[in-house]
Amino acid sequence: MSNATLVSTTVNGDPVQFACPTDESLMTALRNRVGLTGVKEGCGTGDCGACSVTLDGSLVCSCLVLGVEAEGREVTTVEGLSEGGELHLLQQKFIDHAALQCGICTPGFLVAAKSLLDRNPNPDETEIRYALAGNLCRCTGYDKIVHAVQAAAKEMRGKDKRSKKGR
Amino acid sequence: MRYATPASAKEAAGLLSKETGAAFLLAGGTDLLVKLKMGMVEPDLVVDIKRIPKIDEIQTSAKGFTIGAAVSGSVIGEHKALKAAWPGVVEAANLIGSDQIQGRATLAGNLCNASPAADSVPAMIAAGAKAVIVGPQKKRTVAVEKVVLGPGQTCLTKGEVIEAITLPKPEPRTGDAYLRFIPRTEMDIAVVGVAISLKLERGVVKKAKVVLGAVAPTAVVVAAGAKALVGSKLDDAALDKLAAACSAACNPINDKRGTVEYRTRVAGVLAKRAAKIAFPRAGGAL
Repeated sequence: MSNATLVSTTVNGDPVQFACPTDESLMTALRNRVGLTGVKEGCGTGDCGACSVTLDGSLVCSCLVLGVEAEGREVTTVEGLSEGGELHLLQQKFIDHAALQCGICTPGFLVAAKSLLDRNPNPDETEIRYALAGNLCRCTGYDKIVHAVQAAAKEMRGKDKRSKKGR
Repeated sequence: MRYATPASAKEAAGLLSKETGAAFLLAGGTDLLVKLKMGMVEPDLVVDIKRIPKIDEIQTSAKGFTIGAAVSGSVIGEHKALKAAWPGVVEAANLIGSDQIQGRATLAGNLCNASPAADSVPAMIAAGAKAVIVGPQKKRTVAVEKVVLGPGQTCLTKGEVIEAITLPKPEPRTGDAYLRFIPRTEMDIAVVGVAISLKLERGVVKKAKVVLGAVAPTAVVVAAGAKALVGSKLDDAALDKLAAACSAACNPINDKRGTVEYRTRVAGVLAKRAAKIAFPRAGGAL
């Protein structure tokens, strides 16, 4: 491996180091060097969103980021969504609403939907569809995905209210 | 491929100018990494400007706004003062790609990629934006409309780096708008883009700037279209003249997104609609 550079970064809250060639994408580094295969390669050119992660909190296609750019940054992948072995509510709602079939787009949809709900806890259908326009799914026809996000958003808002009352 | 993260724009310019191989600047990377993946470029050196202090910030002063070359579309969209001052520029920037692309793509990158269909470029020109260009020796400021020379070609010489885009503080009673036409509702490349900036005086258009995108090798400033609006309250006659001037200024290509005839017609229709959005933003009553 010529030109390999050591990269120290944080992935899903944990410090991670990997060595990668300078021209390797973050997507490939996360999959092949960090072992996070929830990051999927669809198009590799930023059109399909299957490789979506957040980088310092902003939603990006990891295929359009170099691995070396992650130095000192914080990366979150779909593997960082669940807590203590329990699925994130979005993940549970995707299962409940059958919002997937082949599943290759699902991690990207989950990361993008989480990013949307972090910014806007109460999106309407149009906002959800626009926010997920960078994620392509060839199985579901999108309706089930939109319903799953709506259901998760509703329940998350309820939980948020209850925890505020409890304080 | 060597990868460098300089600490200043001047250092970046020095690295790029000294490089004897193929050197590329990396900001958002939404064009460069696609070209890399497609094998269209084989860089010997990539200079990532994102570690330069303040290059990912929007500075506000009495003169206006300085938008660092690494400021992403999503940051632009969340900047309330910028949105209030130049809503058309913000709309144009935010139309580019998906949320994922918005997390990375920059105004300076959209300009340097020099696509005829770049959404933010007509809007920046209509708003009077300038590019702050740092070279290995000197710094210069160039109006955005002078930067793009042709598809994929800019006025930047070897080693020159755009450090920031500046937008003036809008004069009172100014409003701008950008509209693009695409066959889908999202995630597509402009068939036609129209940016219009208007300044009113006593409810009448005093100054106007009309700029078309995707209908010629570069964005086109339509002086005759601006002239058609000056002195009007955007009555039908003025709007018809605007549309005719915009259609006449088109020099488009035929491609899968639109024919020459179609683009020429749509440019006029879209210009009318953009003017009707800019006018009330400038305080005018339609």
